[in-house]
Amino acid sequence: MSQDRASGTQDALVVLERVNKHFGPLHVLRDVDLTVRRGEVVVVIGPSGSGKSTLCRTINRLEPIDSGRITIDGVPLPAEGKALARLRADVGMVFQSFNLFAHKTVLENVTLGPVKAKRASRKEAQEQAMALLERVGVANQAGKMPAQLSGGQQQRVAIARALAMRPKVMLFDEPTSALDPEMINEVLDVMTALAHEGMTMVVVTHEMGFARRAADRVVFMDGGLIVEEADPETFFTAPRSERAQDFLSKILTH
Amino acid sequence: MDAVFAAFPTYLSGFAVTLQLTAWSAAIAMALGLVVAALRVSPLRPFRFFAAAYVEVLRNMPLTLIFFFAVFVLPQFGVIPPLGFWTAVLCLSTYTSAFVAEAVRSGINSVGVGQAEAARAIGLTFGQTLGEVVLPQAVRTVVPPLINVFIALAKNTSVAAGFAVVELTAAGRRLSQGNPSDTILLLVGVVVFYLLITIPMGVIAGAVERKVAFSR
Repeated sequence: MSQDRASGTQDALVVLERVNKHFGPLHVLRDVDLTVRRGEVVVVIGPSGSGKSTLCRTINRLEPIDSGRITIDGVPLPAEGKALARLRADVGMVFQSFNLFAHKTVLENVTLGPVKAKRASRKEAQEQAMALLERVGVANQAGKMPAQLSGGQQQRVAIARALAMRPKVMLFDEPTSALDPEMINEVLDVMTALAHEGMTMVVVTHEMGFARRAADRVVFMDGGLIVEEADPETFFTAPRSERAQDFLSKILTH
Repeated sequence: MDAVFAAFPTYLSGFAVTLQLTAWSAAIAMALGLVVAALRVSPLRPFRFFAAAYVEVLRNMPLTLIFFFAVFVLPQFGVIPPLGFWTAVLCLSTYTSAFVAEAVRSGINSVGVGQAEAARAIGLTFGQTLGEVVLPQAVRTVVPPLINVFIALAKNTSVAAGFAVVELTAAGRRLSQGNPSDTILLLVGVVVFYLLITIPMGVIAGAVERKVAFSR
């Protein structure tokens, strides 16, 4: 296993150093430093517009950054091209709006990556996909089109699709925000199980229960800055910063 | 009326040339247009810029001028395209490719950006993202405007009549010069042969549209 000497952290998997990002005049990420260790579950919370989703999307370069450095397993994010595609195969991503391929069946959604990006045989990919669909509890929907599934089922398929690439790290960009309340838990349960199995995860969410239950570390963002980082127990019971206290008082009162 | 029936072989040979002009130009314009549309949505800025310039120049230039350029200007730079069929195909297909590119691009844009992001996120290359995820979903929205483009192409082939290609329009003009009294009927005959190409295109469009429909 290669040691990441640049950051001085032995088991760092994802490292962001002085990352800056603008959307026009809006400075959405300000000198963000973040290190995610192998096997760690980092939950990113913060008010809307704080830059947490953008932060998540920079990690697989769906949002290019203006300055700074991002490395994954010691390798700096490549520019557009084949090398970037290869790197993305190692970084699973789950979106708020599921984004299942609308013209492909559930099974094809899960096999497409392994077959096209990893040149796996179709049979092998299908066996793996069925095992993953079983794991997330939607194996009986394998032949259906995404539009025929509930939101919760679609999101679980999306998780299976990302896992099919055997990623080193999984990014979750508000995975339950588009779901009806009764479907949120079925998705969170899958994510919690994944966390307990040792998957490295970066989760942007508003689900404080999940953060308490599954996170190793909570990162609180506001105004493009990482304001506070702490283990969930410390963060939720004794937040240091005024902004975190203010945010928590707003969301935890009801 | 007899003049029209007597002219049948002339019509038929003109019709064959028009059909071949349309088929070759459509095939080449389709291939070129797909490439230009792909460049137009490429993550690389120079590619996008080149494609945008290509489309703007070609679709804003009168087709006749493109023929003039190929026939009279290119030879001055030492490029002498053989006058006739293949030069006409060259002009028609480059001109039409700009419209194909725009139709395909609008179809690509009709597919939600999340689809392409999800494809990239599982490690597909730009080409695979387009070929496996975006274009198959764009087909449904692309087919109707694309058929319009090809119907326009079928009629645009008549410009080649002015550049030494004896296609349907040129055949009709020759026939009417030979029989001035039957001009109207002879030209109606020309129209009927054009309809033989364009009406089936519309029918095919409808069939394809129904076939590729899927629920989102």
